[in-house]
Amino acid sequence: METTILFAPLAGALIAGFGWKIIGETAAQWISTGLLFLAAILSWIVFLTFDGTTEQIQILRFIESGTLSTDWSIRLDRLTAIMLIVITTVSALVHLYSFGYMAHDENFGEGENYKARFFAYLSFFTFAMLMLVTSDNLVQMFFGWEGVGVASYLLIGFYYKKPSANAAAIKAFVVNRVGDFGFALGIFALFLLTDSIRFDDVFAAAPDLAEQSLTFLWRDWNAAEIVAFLLFIGAMGKSAQLILHTWLPDAMEGPTPVSALIHAATMVTAGVFLVCRMSPVMEFAPNAMMFVTFLGATTAFFAATVGLVQNDIKRVIAYSTCSQLGYMFVAAGVGVYSVAMFHLFTHAFFKAMLFLGAGSVIHAMHHEQDMRNYGGLRKKIPYTFWAMMIGTLAITGVGIPLTGWIGFAGFASKDAVIESAFAGGSMYGFWLLVIAALFTSFYSWRLMFLTFYGEARGNKHTHEHAHESPMVMLVPLGVLALGAIFAGAIWYSSFFGKVNEVVKFFGGDYTKPSAELVEAVAERSPKASELKYVMESAPGEAGIYMAPDNTVLHEAHYVPTWVKLSPFIAMLIGFVTAFWFYILNPALPRKLAENQAPLYHFLLNKWYFDEIYNFLFVQPAKMIGRFLWKRGDGDVIDGGLNGVAMGIVPFFTRLAGKAQSGYIFTYAFAMVIGIAVLVTWMTMTGGAN
Amino acid sequence: MDTHLLSIITFLPAFAAVILAVFLRGDDEAAQRNSKWLALITTTATFVISLFVLFEFDPNDTGFQFVTEGEWLLGLSYRMGVDGISILFVMLTTFMMPLVIVASWGVDKRVKEYMIAFLMLETLMLGVFMALDLILFYLFFEAGLIPMFLIIGIWGGANRIYASFKFFLYTFLGSVLMLVAMVAMFTDAGTTCIGGCDISLLNHTFGSETFSLMGVQIVGGMQTLMFLAFFASFAVKMPMWPVHTWLPDAHVQAPTAGSVVLAAILLKMGGYGFLRFSLPMFPVGSDVMAPLVLWMSAIAIVYTSLVALVQEDMKKLIAYSSVAHMGFVTMGIFAANQQGIDGAIFQMISHGFISGALFLCVGVIYDRMHTREIDAYGGLVNRMPVYALIFMLFTMANVGLPGTSGFVGEFLTLMATFQVNTWVAAVATTGVIFSAAYALWLYRRVVMGELIKESLKAITDMTPREKWTFAPLVVMTLLLGVYPALVLDMIGPSVAALVENYASALEAADAAVQTADAAN
Repeated sequence: METTILFAPLAGALIAGFGWKIIGETAAQWISTGLLFLAAILSWIVFLTFDGTTEQIQILRFIESGTLSTDWSIRLDRLTAIMLIVITTVSALVHLYSFGYMAHDENFGEGENYKARFFAYLSFFTFAMLMLVTSDNLVQMFFGWEGVGVASYLLIGFYYKKPSANAAAIKAFVVNRVGDFGFALGIFALFLLTDSIRFDDVFAAAPDLAEQSLTFLWRDWNAAEIVAFLLFIGAMGKSAQLILHTWLPDAMEGPTPVSALIHAATMVTAGVFLVCRMSPVMEFAPNAMMFVTFLGATTAFFAATVGLVQNDIKRVIAYSTCSQLGYMFVAAGVGVYSVAMFHLFTHAFFKAMLFLGAGSVIHAMHHEQDMRNYGGLRKKIPYTFWAMMIGTLAITGVGIPLTGWIGFAGFASKDAVIESAFAGGSMYGFWLLVIAALFTSFYSWRLMFLTFYGEARGNKHTHEHAHESPMVMLVPLGVLALGAIFAGAIWYSSFFGKVNEVVKFFGGDYTKPSAELVEAVAERSPKASELKYVMESAPGEAGIYMAPDNTVLHEAHYVPTWVKLSPFIAMLIGFVTAFWFYILNPALPRKLAENQAPLYHFLLNKWYFDEIYNFLFVQPAKMIGRFLWKRGDGDVIDGGLNGVAMGIVPFFTRLAGKAQSGYIFTYAFAMVIGIAVLVTWMTMTGGAN
Repeated sequence: MDTHLLSIITFLPAFAAVILAVFLRGDDEAAQRNSKWLALITTTATFVISLFVLFEFDPNDTGFQFVTEGEWLLGLSYRMGVDGISILFVMLTTFMMPLVIVASWGVDKRVKEYMIAFLMLETLMLGVFMALDLILFYLFFEAGLIPMFLIIGIWGGANRIYASFKFFLYTFLGSVLMLVAMVAMFTDAGTTCIGGCDISLLNHTFGSETFSLMGVQIVGGMQTLMFLAFFASFAVKMPMWPVHTWLPDAHVQAPTAGSVVLAAILLKMGGYGFLRFSLPMFPVGSDVMAPLVLWMSAIAIVYTSLVALVQEDMKKLIAYSSVAHMGFVTMGIFAANQQGIDGAIFQMISHGFISGALFLCVGVIYDRMHTREIDAYGGLVNRMPVYALIFMLFTMANVGLPGTSGFVGEFLTLMATFQVNTWVAAVATTGVIFSAAYALWLYRRVVMGELIKESLKAITDMTPREKWTFAPLVVMTLLLGVYPALVLDMIGPSVAALVENYASALEAADAAVQTADAAN
């Protein structure tokens, strides 16, 4: 069954990509979509019937060289099962949605076939993503990792006639490669340390890593720390964390279904998945994890600030994604991997829905993406409005405070992240996340108000012709809405319940904590007596690993009440501010932007990261390249090495002139004779020896 | 097992060349067609026969197989054989040659001579990979230059004279030093047999006592000197930085088929030489020089990748990218562990397919537009979707995408180097970033975008003949990318033996030094 899930999308991609000429575009679309739904249904069966024991299925040998031995294979544990349903569900819905969204596209002329190609890319992406999450070793994971990168490259550049789309595609690939650089070094380091890159071996050796040191570049490092850090660089690239985030907003050049599938729900969460997958190593690398927390929190904050002022509806959601990924990293960074996965899980639903909803708006508005030209669309596209509304309620975290779980999906998971950050002792993380929650609420409501409320702005004609999207686009929205509403409440206890519940869900064993541990916890947490269980499984035995002294999950349930209330309050403030700015007093934002022009432009230009990178990296790389070519190759090497030779070149040129005019074989023959004479001479003298 | 299979494979193309030269007269259309067909049939037959060798080859036997020997003129001995190190280079050669001939179907200038040159070239290249006698090797190795030199000089572009002489001078200067070293080797070992004899160069231990020459301490003694002499020749052939500058010029001027052979096969002779001679025969010398070679490789990767970034000529760009990829090979070889050498051989085989295909990709549009200027193109995908797909595949393979054969070699060599020197590995790994940048940037400028150039409006997609030329390369690139065991199983035991001998030779040399120290 797992194998079918894995290969159905590949089959779909091949059929759609190569078979459409025979079976027609529509049939190709239906087949790839059908196969995806098959994979999704099977994934749900796997997920719901999964009993927690890790299964491994070997498919084919892969790279084997000396002690290095890897297979193409499937490792099915809870972590994989979660990713399976996220990927296949969203992907199947996005396939369906694309029927409507891609039906007509003004980027392509009459007679240009693009639909089957689009579906082939989508299916191929899904396959690569599944390879990534089902891998049982780091090389196959790297295959998936780069495979999704290529799919992303192809889909961002899908409108290949647009220069901006092509530029964005290359940018995405190259920036991701910077992350892959770290990822690859991390793999090499692991192989050097553990002589294997299979997860089983690596995880078994993880406790020893903390005791070892590795000489990397200029100094010795703690082995676990450096490995965790290098792998995280890979995660930063894929999950668009600060420094390596610049590709994600540009990736919005791709068609909107792509943004929903790849740049919201699945691919960008691969980094979070990597950190959770490598939790057995991460647990032994406290400093690296501190960095993960720090960077995640900073990204959550940074992206939220930029999201406040963007005008392109997709860019707002893109920055929102970037920010939410930061939340996930904070949860993982403080050691509560289950919560990171929880937010990944719920976020997939509501963010995919927001994107698809935005796509529906864009579809209705004839590919207008600037929110300044929207307004008052509530009545024109009511279903889309309600879908977006649910998505907004979910992302801003609306729910009944202090219950923990009664609320929209984002309420349960985001609050869990923030509480974990507090319990994990990261005040920096906690406060930045709370502020980011305020901003999230503000920009989400800003988006809603600008789009659906107020006066119709911009092109009148476009507004008059605004129309609700067809059923194939609305059904996926409806299904995702279910997830955005209920996913948090239903799986709350599995991801963020009592330690024993969570550990059991992830297929591990739990045990009673030692008395010393309870004492230690009592010093910082009031309800240490409630600490009944800690994780017992060895690294790698369960989907995630929490060290026996990692009690953050437990402590997160007993944070002070004001901490629990803080995200809710932040959400309210954000809502009220947005209401005031965009409903009560619509002139205010402009005035504020004028009064605070430097700040406004700083945010609008995304903290000038692109400009700085262009100045620091892109231009210098070209300059150095040109310098090495003209000066290095041209003057120094050719000039120097050939300087001597150049003296005799004219002679040879004359000779070649003759060769040209028919002496060619004479010349060749002369050379052969010359060599033969040399060799004979050598034999004779040698023979005399 | 003394069959003459290897001799047949080696000399079949030469035989056909002789037939062409002697019996085929005239330069009319019929003669042209006949010479093309004869060349195609011969190269295909050679490939088919070589398949027998491949299937009969026992990878677990690390010695030489299919050895065939005999007396030759002047009392020289003729010995040919293959082992796990060389068999795949033989296969690569026989596999590529029919494709090269098909790709040359459009040649209309001196077709007979053209085919003779390529057939001779095949014989000489195969000889290099199979020769088990020093003199025989030298003969093949050097004579291989001649047909290549002619191919560039006669069928090349406007600036072909300059390019072919640059190519010639570079390689020839290296060869002179190698010749001197060979004389020294023979003097020292008393045999020209490379391997498989009772007394052979591979069994012989060359002196490695440090001595001083004109006041300079030569660590590793004779071995280091011999290593350097061979290095001069092999480094140029690879080509390694900084003696790489002949390659872009040679590629730019060479006809498409010439570029393909140059990149796919000729460049591998350097790497093969390191594995056949430098590492096993001069282990101490190799060990002394390894850090330098590793650094040269890392520099090559970064340096040439940056240079590739700013190229305006497609062939030059791919040529520079070849130099970068060969950097991974030398790096892997001189990491001198199983993954490194496995990776290096894999990389060479894979690069044969990928760079060959990339030069063919350039050839496809060059045949139509007669320019290699990147700026002359743009938006080809609009009229050439099949071409766009194939070019994309090989661009990605060139970038080292997992799932294509380009990944395995890069990955293994980098992983191997990391175990030896993390600095070199880290610097070389930046190559994955740069290669993505230059390769995708090239692809974008040529294939993507709107088709606005008037001259391109009537360009046509690939013909069936062109598609069939690419098909085997596509299959191999993907097959080896997904199931690299096909190659790794073949070479693994021989490489393991090589690595083991290398390590024990170094240990023995160490022990000898210590004994000598103790005696003093």
